[in-house]
Amino acid sequence: MSQKLYVAQNKRVAARILGDEMMVMSGQDSTLFNLNPVAAVIWNAADGLTPLDEIVASRVCAEFDIEPDEALRDAEAFARELAGHGILLISEEPIPRASASQEPR
Amino acid sequence: MSTLMAEMAAKAFHLGVPFTAQLDITYRCNERCVHCYLDHDDHGEMTTAEIKDVLKQLADAGVFVLVISGGEIMMRKDIFEIIECARELMFCVKLKTNAMLIGEREAERLRELAVDSVQVSIYSHRPEVHDGITKVQGSLKRSLTAIRFLKSKGLNVKMANVLMTKNAKDHAGVRALAAEIGVEAMLDPTVTPMMDGDRSILSLNVDENALRQVFRDPTLVKNVEAMCAPPPKVDEEALDTRPCSAGNSSCYVSPYGDVYPCVQFPLPSGNVRRQRFIDIWNHSEQLNEVRSIRVRDLPSCSACSNVTTCTRCPGLAYMEGNMRGPSTQDCEKSYARTGIVSVNLQNKRAAAPGLVQIQMQPAFASVATA
Repeated sequence: MSQKLYVAQNKRVAARILGDEMMVMSGQDSTLFNLNPVAAVIWNAADGLTPLDEIVASRVCAEFDIEPDEALRDAEAFARELAGHGILLISEEPIPRASASQEPR
Repeated sequence: MSTLMAEMAAKAFHLGVPFTAQLDITYRCNERCVHCYLDHDDHGEMTTAEIKDVLKQLADAGVFVLVISGGEIMMRKDIFEIIECARELMFCVKLKTNAMLIGEREAERLRELAVDSVQVSIYSHRPEVHDGITKVQGSLKRSLTAIRFLKSKGLNVKMANVLMTKNAKDHAGVRALAAEIGVEAMLDPTVTPMMDGDRSILSLNVDENALRQVFRDPTLVKNVEAMCAPPPKVDEEALDTRPCSAGNSSCYVSPYGDVYPCVQFPLPSGNVRRQRFIDIWNHSEQLNEVRSIRVRDLPSCSACSNVTTCTRCPGLAYMEGNMRGPSTQDCEKSYARTGIVSVNLQNKRAAAPGLVQIQMQPAFASVATA
């Protein structure tokens, strides 16, 4: 990844922790996703201000036994997939909280 | 319900997490529906601050699906503040309303707040029937105008109809109207008693023939054969199940802070004005009693061959006098579906007094024997 990637929770989603799983429902089409523990860590850290590589280094690799390069590749793919469903917002610039409410397309 | 949603709901049921909560924010209403189970006077609704605190407590307890209902929710001036708070807490928010107070601006605000769905009560496609039920002239027109606004904003809108004697012939018309507007239509075949126990409105329920037709209508029921099939044999596993999600993974909070297992199950279990919600959820004697009940503990129903597919409502049973007893309305629905008379209905028939014998007067007797 050449550019920093910032990730923010889209405030149009519904989300809750149930047991050991994080449920997230798309505000676009009410599709429900359950995130595994690694994905949930990224989701919880997605404040729009911390770059994804920092989240991976400081949170994911610290909590799970994963190679940093592989973790970052997977995290970026995961972030782009959730962005496609309107769950996460991604940008090469920091995402202020006020912008974290992407309208349906 | 999506497969994953059903899985999550089942997991919550297993874990004892309140996955779904209905919060009625007012009992006041701008309609006076003939079948309504509520007293519409305000006996001291929770304030905005109290409701926001309850929402935070519900989120902390794990509630994911939040149904905001009433009364008419738009009667509260702080309705958007409440919904905004709920969405900030990341609930999946579902609204129930008659929509009469929703104009284009309100519909736009609901879209901005990303509510999951808006359920609007529509009882007939004919104004004279719908307005006759709501007792508000022009109510159908106003509700439909609002539905069109909501739909035009891209919101997920559902028309909710209650089948009763006054609109028994109109459900196809409501569905056609929903299809024309492009929204979903739902039909509930049960009028329930009033929350104060008054059962007089049950006379609005349709008869057995109408129920039988509804359950066999392929435009209403996806798989009529499965819906009306004889129930599978009762086994040990079926007897060990808990009969309903009420109090197990769902609950109800009234505008006055009272906590019940369900809106249809008015068993006072605590009050959020005096206790933390999580303490009520975890420690209420009443909720724990509800959770302790297994199908095998239902004296009449556990011996009934309809038990595996019956939609027995423990709340309706409670309002009939015993939360472990049968819900006669559900016995009637089971009979309409399967043709099998429930144990409860058999007992009622056996206990019914015999036909009154007409004793002939002597003068007539002589004629009769002539």
